[in-house]
Amino acid sequence: MIRESALDKMLMRTAGWMLAALWIVPLLYALWSAFHPAAFEARFDITAPLTLENFVTAWGKAPFARYFLNTIFLVTLVLSVQLVLCTLAAFAFARLEFPGKSLLFGLVLVQLLIMPDILLVENYRTMFRLGLVDTILAIGLPYFASGFAIFLLRQTFRTIPKELDEAARVEGCSLLGLLWRVYVPLGKPAMLAFGLVSVSHHWNNFLWPLVITNSVETRPLTVGLSIFATTDSGIEWAVINAATLMTSAPLLLGFLLFQRQFVQSFLRAGIK
Amino acid sequence: MPRRQWIHAWLLLLPAFVFLIAFTHYPAVQTLIDSFWSTPKGRRPAAFVGAGNYTRMMADPIFAKAMWNSAVYAALTIPTSIVLSLAMALFVQARFAGVALMRMAFFTPTVLPLIAVANIWLFFYAPGFGLIDQVRMFFGLGSANYVGQPATALYAVAAVTVWKEAGFFMIFYLAALQTIPLSLKEAAAIEGCSRLTFFRRVTLPLIMPTTLFVSVNATINAFRLVDHVFVMTRGGPDNASMLMLYYIFENGFRFWDTAYAAALTVVLVAILTLVGIGQFFAADRKVHYR
Repeated sequence: MIRESALDKMLMRTAGWMLAALWIVPLLYALWSAFHPAAFEARFDITAPLTLENFVTAWGKAPFARYFLNTIFLVTLVLSVQLVLCTLAAFAFARLEFPGKSLLFGLVLVQLLIMPDILLVENYRTMFRLGLVDTILAIGLPYFASGFAIFLLRQTFRTIPKELDEAARVEGCSLLGLLWRVYVPLGKPAMLAFGLVSVSHHWNNFLWPLVITNSVETRPLTVGLSIFATTDSGIEWAVINAATLMTSAPLLLGFLLFQRQFVQSFLRAGIK
Repeated sequence: MPRRQWIHAWLLLLPAFVFLIAFTHYPAVQTLIDSFWSTPKGRRPAAFVGAGNYTRMMADPIFAKAMWNSAVYAALTIPTSIVLSLAMALFVQARFAGVALMRMAFFTPTVLPLIAVANIWLFFYAPGFGLIDQVRMFFGLGSANYVGQPATALYAVAAVTVWKEAGFFMIFYLAALQTIPLSLKEAAAIEGCSRLTFFRRVTLPLIMPTTLFVSVNATINAFRLVDHVFVMTRGGPDNASMLMLYYIFENGFRFWDTAYAAALTVVLVAILTLVGIGQFFAADRKVHYR
């Protein structure tokens, strides 16, 4: 092995901790101000009283409860439709032979490059024609068929041994039965990985929901938060910070609890 | 192949393709068509204007500014994110007390919504009571409004992007570093190779595929992620932080000039396609060492 001298080690550790401290400071600063009275928002005093007042104020000043519901409904809707549609398509691409296969797969891959996020204007027009402007369904529709999910699941399905597939067919299993009994159970880890990626993506998505919604009943958290934070009604920073942390809390908690799974999922989803 | 299987396959693909075509392919093609027509206004329907929207673009100073800003923004965020994420991965690849804490410090910004991140940083930058200003005042420097002055607005926004994405890329480097065979390290030790040489001659080339993956993602993000611009600067002041996608949004939904927005979208899609083609060729040129 290459010797790692004590000095090397110390330098690496020191540099690492310095960068880590630098990285976490903006978040800690926001945390500090959210949990202290507004008078202490920029004054560091270890004796400053802790308070939840800012969270209560934020919760009372904007319909965050409704925004939470909207977002939860949105991510559930998007993920469940994505899983069904993309599993079906991925199975066809992974295990069936048919004319036009590579052309159609190429069309799927196009979406990895040209995401619906960019085609705002045209998609807005489509939603307008369908009479769906300002609905939660409209926020989700463009993401239902995920090129990324199809790609990821196809890769996974292709690694499943053909023998299993053939054995099931010999037993007289129908195509859908085969998908349900063999491929779906074995593809679960990939689906879980995609699920985490999809939920965090749609929880955080902003631009398209901003464009397509304009009422409290449909707005997701991100859009609600941006409106809350930019109203020039003199809301204190401490309250804005409380709202900011509150809206990110579920993902943050989920991440802290399932750190390993999160990291594994992002890795799985990223490496192709 | 039996025809029944063809039918089955097409039926399995049908639902996904309905959505794929309706919300990706159709709008992409329609955007291209719209970019050659004028914006319908009131009773006046759209008229064919040929390359009119594009010639207008060439003379549009804000478009030039947005293109320039996007280029600067990409040139700033991509290399910085790559270097920092690789450094982070090197810092946390060893086992030591507190490594989990260090990893968490790097990775947490990644899970936060970009809108939330923008709020956190706006407070951090806030003139007078933001932490940066407090440090400045401690050293006797005057207050500075980083997001509010044209000279620094774009850099202030770029810093936020790096903060958010570096931790995400770190996990890919971390995984790549773990695949480097131990035998290589042993061989290098016998040859008396220094740590720096080993890093330059062995580690860097071996993690090339990850670097390619990370740079493609960083490039796409540079053009696709503008959420924080909405909260922090709204493209201002004086278009100092105007980015392409934000300019498309402004034209499409603030000025309702949908034809011009379509032409701008075509330019953005063209840029992304070039990146995609670039990735394809780069991947072809043996960046894989397997």
